[in-house]
Amino acid sequence: MLKILRQKKMIALAIGAVLAVGSFAGCGSEKKEAGADNSKVYRIGVLQLVQHGALDDSNKGFVDGLASKGYKDGANIKIDQQNAQGDQSNLKTISQRFVNNKVDLIYTIATPAAQIAANETKTIPIVGAAITDYKAAKLVQSNEKPGGNVTGTTDYTPPGRQIDLALKLVPHAKAVGALYTSSEENSQIQVKAMKEYAAEKGLTVVEATVTNVNDIQQAVQSLVGKVDFIYCPTDNTIASAMSNIVKIAVPAKLPVFIGDEAPIKTGGATAGISVNFYKLGFQAGEMAADILSGKLKPADMPIGLQKEAKVIINKEAAKAIGLVIPEELRKAVE
Amino acid sequence: MSDLIVSTVAQGLLWSVLAMGVFLTFRTLDIADLSVEGSFPLGAAVAAVLLTGNHNPATAIIAAGIAGMLAGAVTGLLHTKLKIPALMAGILTMIALYSVILRVMGKANVSLLNIDTVYTSLAFLNLSPNMTTFVVGLIIAVLIPVLLYWFFGTEIGMALRATGNNPQMIRAMGVNTDTMLLLGLVISNGLVAVAGAFIAQNNGFADVGMGVGTIVIGLASVIIGEVLFGSKDFKNSLISVVLGSIAYRIVIAVVLYLGMPPNDLKLFTAILVAIALALPLFKAKWDSRKVGV
Repeated sequence: MLKILRQKKMIALAIGAVLAVGSFAGCGSEKKEAGADNSKVYRIGVLQLVQHGALDDSNKGFVDGLASKGYKDGANIKIDQQNAQGDQSNLKTISQRFVNNKVDLIYTIATPAAQIAANETKTIPIVGAAITDYKAAKLVQSNEKPGGNVTGTTDYTPPGRQIDLALKLVPHAKAVGALYTSSEENSQIQVKAMKEYAAEKGLTVVEATVTNVNDIQQAVQSLVGKVDFIYCPTDNTIASAMSNIVKIAVPAKLPVFIGDEAPIKTGGATAGISVNFYKLGFQAGEMAADILSGKLKPADMPIGLQKEAKVIINKEAAKAIGLVIPEELRKAVE
Repeated sequence: MSDLIVSTVAQGLLWSVLAMGVFLTFRTLDIADLSVEGSFPLGAAVAAVLLTGNHNPATAIIAAGIAGMLAGAVTGLLHTKLKIPALMAGILTMIALYSVILRVMGKANVSLLNIDTVYTSLAFLNLSPNMTTFVVGLIIAVLIPVLLYWFFGTEIGMALRATGNNPQMIRAMGVNTDTMLLLGLVISNGLVAVAGAFIAQNNGFADVGMGVGTIVIGLASVIIGEVLFGSKDFKNSLISVVLGSIAYRIVIAVVLYLGMPPNDLKLFTAILVAIALALPLFKAKWDSRKVGV
C-alpha cells in the first residue's frame, strides 16, 4: 500500500513539475521586450487551423503586412504563433489562452479557427483570413459592415469570372466538372455560385467530390469524357493535390481552372483568376495595424477582397492540352 | 491564470462525456470502437441543425444522443450479425457517417454563433463564459457517471460488464453476449454523440472535420485517468475517466503554452498515450523487482 502511495506521489510530483516548468516558461515568454521605446507592446495571437501552403502564406503575409505599417514582432508587438495542427479541439484551448492572456488582437486563419475565437470573445478584435464567406459562417452581420469584433479578408473570387475565363479558352465547352472537397464549406459556397452562373451560360455541371487526397484520382477519372473543362474552387485539398489531378486531366485534354496561384504556377493547373494568399494575409495585416493604432474598429471595416485578382495561364499546361490562347489573354501567360 | 485553469478544467469536464463513451467500449467490452470519430461529429451535426431550426437545446441534445445510439447500433449489428471484426465495423460506420453528417447539415459547417444554446440558456446566472462552461461541464460530468453507475448496477448492466470480462462465463449463464455487445456500443456512441452536441455548442459550430482524432482524445483520457487515479472498481473507474479527461486537457494546455512546434504536437500526443499505456507494465516490473530484493 505504502509503495503505491509513494508512486502516486511521484507521479503527482512529476506532473506538478511539468506544470511548474510550463508556467515559468510562460512567464518568461511574456516578458516585454526591453530596448524598444517605452510605448505599449501589443500582443497578437495567431491561430492557424493546420499547416498548409495557402494558410502558411496567409500567416506570413499577415506578419509582413503588420511590419509594413510599423508593427514589428519583437519590437512594438509580440506575436504568439499557434497552430491547431488540424485538431479542432486544440483551437478551443488556444483561443481560450489568447482571451485569458488578454491579447490585443487575434488573427485567425481558416473558418473554424475564426468561429471558435469569435465564440470565445466579443470584445477582442479578430481579423480573419482564408475564409470565403464571413456572413455564412455567421462571423459578421454583413460583409460590408461587420458590426461586431470580427473582420478580415476573403479568398472569394466570383466563380463567374473563372467560368468566363474558361469559356474564352475553351469556347466550344458544353459541360463543366466541379471538383472539390465535400468537407470544405468554402468550396461548397463557391461551387454553388458557379453552378448558378454556369446555368446562365447554358453549361451542364457535373460534380465530383473528394473527402481527402486519396480519392482524387478516381474523382478526376469520373469526369473524363463527361466534361470539357474542370473547375476547382479555392479548396485546400484540391490545391495541395493539383499535380495529381493534372496527371489525369492533361492526357485527357481537360483544362483545369482554379482560383489559386500556386497550383497554376507549380502544380500544373491550366489557368485561373487567382487569389494570392500571401497578399490577402498582407491586407489582413494592414487591417490589424489600423485596429491596433485605434484608427478603425472591426465593426466598421468591410471584409477585404483581393485588390487585383489576376488572370494566370500556365503556358506548358495550355500547350499540352492544345489550347489556343486568344490575343487578349496573351499577356497573362506565365 | 485562474481563468485559464477554469477553462481548461471546464473543457476536461465536457470532453469527459466522450471519454466515458470510449471507456465503455474500450474497457468494459474490450473493443477500440472507431465509430466514435463519426458519432461525435454526428451528434454535433444533429444538435446544430436542430438549434439553428429554433429547437431548444434539450431537444437538440436528446436527438443527438439518439442519433449516436443508432450509429452505435449499426456498428453493433455489423459486428455481431455480419461477424465483421469490431475494429473494421467501427471504421465502416465512421466512413459512412461522414456522408450522413454532410446530409444532415447539408454542408460542411454549421455555425452556432449568436444562436441560443445550452450555454446561453444559463445566461440568467450571470457568469463568465468560462464559468458557464464549467457549470455545464460539472453537471454532465456528475450526472452521467451517476446514471451509468446506476445502470451498471442493474442486472443488464452487470451482464454487460461481465461480457467484456469473461464472455465464456456469461454465455454459460445464459446471457446473449451479442445483445450485450450491441447494447454497449449503442450506449457508448449515444454518449459520444451527446459529447459532440455539447462541444459544438461550446465551440460555436459543428464541422464535419471535428471528429478527427477524437478516439485518441478518448483513449488518452481513459488511460491517463487509470494510471493517475486507479481503476479498482467501477465507481472509481468512472471518476478516473473524468479526472483523466481533465488531466489530458491540462497536458495539452501546458504543451501549447510552452509553444511546442505545431508539427510535433501529434507526435507528442501519441508518445504521451504510449507512455500512459505502457506505465502499468513498468509499474509491475518495478514492483516485482522490489519484491525480489
